[in-house]
Amino acid sequence: MTFSGEFLAFIGLALAAVIGGVLLLNLTKVMHMVVALIFTFISIAGIYVLLSAEFVAGVQILIYSGAITIIMLFGIMLTKHDAEEEVQPGKWRKIFLFIGVIGFAFAVYIGIYNYDIPQAPSSLHVNNTLQIGKAMYSKWIIPFELVSVLLLVALVGAIVLAKKDVKEADSE
Amino acid sequence: MSSVPASAFLALALILFCIGLYGALTKRNTVIVLISIELMLNAVNINLVTFSKYGLTPSITGQIFALFAICVAAAEAAIGLAILISWYNNKKTVNIDEINSMKN
Repeated sequence: MTFSGEFLAFIGLALAAVIGGVLLLNLTKVMHMVVALIFTFISIAGIYVLLSAEFVAGVQILIYSGAITIIMLFGIMLTKHDAEEEVQPGKWRKIFLFIGVIGFAFAVYIGIYNYDIPQAPSSLHVNNTLQIGKAMYSKWIIPFELVSVLLLVALVGAIVLAKKDVKEADSE
Repeated sequence: MSSVPASAFLALALILFCIGLYGALTKRNTVIVLISIELMLNAVNINLVTFSKYGLTPSITGQIFALFAICVAAAEAAIGLAILISWYNNKKTVNIDEINSMKN
């Protein structure tokens, strides 16, 4: 196999993504975990670019590395956390879970390691955003509208959930 | 065509999914559990986008579904954090082992 530029880019991005995930598992401070995960999210955006999905990559950077990470940081700062996760006693539980997850990974890997479907030429990279817009506003218009309803419900629900207790605290 | 086989992308998605699964099952801080779930959703999105390019019939539909999944994940994160903050205002803890009032 020749080391083309695409292959090298994939290796670099995949390594960055996995290292971010491993740091999430191993760091002790909660804030550092979330910041480590930003690396993973940005690397996944690069993976999307390799898969000729530029628009999804942009959305990934905006939503995940921007919005969701900031929301999580606010959640950490608004709640009093033990800044460092103490070592918990359930060591055997962790070991069993680790074995279980490894077993799951192995079982799935058996299914995908020789995934070989003849590749058909795709034209996804040509005017990617234009294609997405055309498909979303013609074929997928009803799911699109339903997602807008979902986001509205989530917005109202989040405000109601987070606000109720403030009012009760005032009345006390 | 491409020099990176589709199974490489699928394997990357599998590794990220397993990291997210392990984190969601072992971490004690609820915020970290939520963000591990986000990581799992992200791994599934990689699969969707991979099959939109390397499937039998490449089409844009996989990317559209990835966008929908991102929307649902964002809504889930917002609601999850709202529940967490509401819980924290009541019980003053974010430790997931102590959030068990619906048990029994």
